[in-house]
Amino acid sequence: METNNTETKQEKIRKFDTKVQYLKYKVLREVAKQAFAGTLPYNVLDIPKIIVPGKTPTMRCCVYKERAILAERVKLAMGGNKENPNVIEVIDIACDECPAAGYEVTDSCRGCLAHRCEDVCKRGAISFDHNHVAHIDKSKCVECGQCAKVCPYSAIQNRKRPCQNACKVKAIKINEENAAAIDNEKCISCGACVYQCPFGAIMDKSYILNVIDMLKKSKAGKCGNVYAVVAPSISSQFVYAKLPQVVSGLKELGFHTVIEAALGADMVAVEEAKELAEKGFLTSSCCPAFVKFIKTQFPQMAEHISHNMSPMGVIARYIKETDKDAKVVFIGPCTAKKAEFQLEGVREYVDSVMTFEELAALFDSCEIDLASLPDSYLDNASYFGRIFARSGGLSDAVAESLKEQGIDFEAKPERCDGIEACKMALLKASKGVLNANFIEGMACMGGCIGGAGCLTHGEKNKLEVDAYGREALEKTILDAVSVTKL
Amino acid sequence: MKVTVCIGSSCHIKGSRQVVERLQKLIAEKGLGDSVELGGTFCMGKCQQGVSCTVDGEFYSVSPETVDTFFEEKIVTPLTK
Repeated sequence: METNNTETKQEKIRKFDTKVQYLKYKVLREVAKQAFAGTLPYNVLDIPKIIVPGKTPTMRCCVYKERAILAERVKLAMGGNKENPNVIEVIDIACDECPAAGYEVTDSCRGCLAHRCEDVCKRGAISFDHNHVAHIDKSKCVECGQCAKVCPYSAIQNRKRPCQNACKVKAIKINEENAAAIDNEKCISCGACVYQCPFGAIMDKSYILNVIDMLKKSKAGKCGNVYAVVAPSISSQFVYAKLPQVVSGLKELGFHTVIEAALGADMVAVEEAKELAEKGFLTSSCCPAFVKFIKTQFPQMAEHISHNMSPMGVIARYIKETDKDAKVVFIGPCTAKKAEFQLEGVREYVDSVMTFEELAALFDSCEIDLASLPDSYLDNASYFGRIFARSGGLSDAVAESLKEQGIDFEAKPERCDGIEACKMALLKASKGVLNANFIEGMACMGGCIGGAGCLTHGEKNKLEVDAYGREALEKTILDAVSVTKL
Repeated sequence: MKVTVCIGSSCHIKGSRQVVERLQKLIAEKGLGDSVELGGTFCMGKCQQGVSCTVDGEFYSVSPETVDTFFEEKIVTPLTK
């Protein structure tokens, strides 16, 4: 038992940021294992008990609730609720119904004389009781947070649910049962809530069954070759093996070959530079969460969205030009890509999408030990295509592309790191006061390396992506794309 | 005639870009654009022998050094026979 625990601990340490990710991984791994073996229909109901055996609860009040929640996780791992168009779903029974009262005065309030909280409150929401202790009138409070900022005792706290805090587009509401509920219209499927919910009550739907099915059929000669298109952020992900070993691992899984989405990014950089010069103002179209945000929150700006598909779509289209029977699976850090690949105009080219979390589960379900595999090459793109993975990379690539193509146009990019920065830039642009002609919009902080489907997050990931970029054989965008112009 | 060059990672490292660019140039010089259809593909499964090329399905191992000979022998000669 003890050895088991130590192993578990090591597994978690080597792969994930949080225990929630680890739990999700265990479910995905088990579902994948059964699916590869063809035993899923017989064993699906037993999976919760496989993951939580015995009678002692480890996470919740009792094993029965743990298993009930796990059953919901299994459903999501198998594609989730087909009736719900959103790829992000709340597991109602897993939601802990966290306090969500907003700004509250805690017992740290000393009943001081200064009353800075009262002075700063423009709504007159603060009053005092006979002990001079502050109280907030909820009917007047607009949650501006000024009182909390000025209190010298930090006695005012914002009790906000982590999911709502994470959701900068304000798509999470609280339903009648006090559980979190997603407004699908507003939700951009970025997955910030998925990563931030401490109870793992919000999850992205998984299409691993669809991927496993294609891999099995392809192996049996019943469908074409399955191509893995990997996002450049992969360079920072599998810290327990080298990237060339991860590429070998993908081939072990049954993928015909592995291609860099970054080559699609190079192709996008060529076209986007031309489009920018032609139109004079453009917003990027690489990040599907940003694109949906514009369409729903700033529809008047939608005409400025670049007409290019994202690098994922562009490279997948090219792969299908070279092999009409090809099946293309995009593997990346992004939950919004799971929504993007189902859109008209993209679904013709991309057959499925997986996250790095899911890929780790697939590797382990087949007991592929990455660290023991030989190296395989992965080199299709330029430095510029590869740095699309981090904030600022797309703008650098477009500027470089203008230069390489000899287009006389100066790009003035606004690099928006995170959806709040995107909102600010769009707001300014819609009022004609943005001092830029190109909005690079990345919904996740740090860019794609901050995506919810990443195994690890952190500052070092940017350095890893840059280092990986510099390793590229091709030094210019035009050299990288030259082989695609056949 | 259909000529396919592998542009997958392994062949790319071994110089498939140089092979592609050279073939494009030679085809243009000889005015064979109408009779030769040059295409790319990702991985022919013969990574050890790259740069992998096929001429009407027939496999050949080519390199930036041997591309001129390959062009003469496997493309020009059959076309002018």
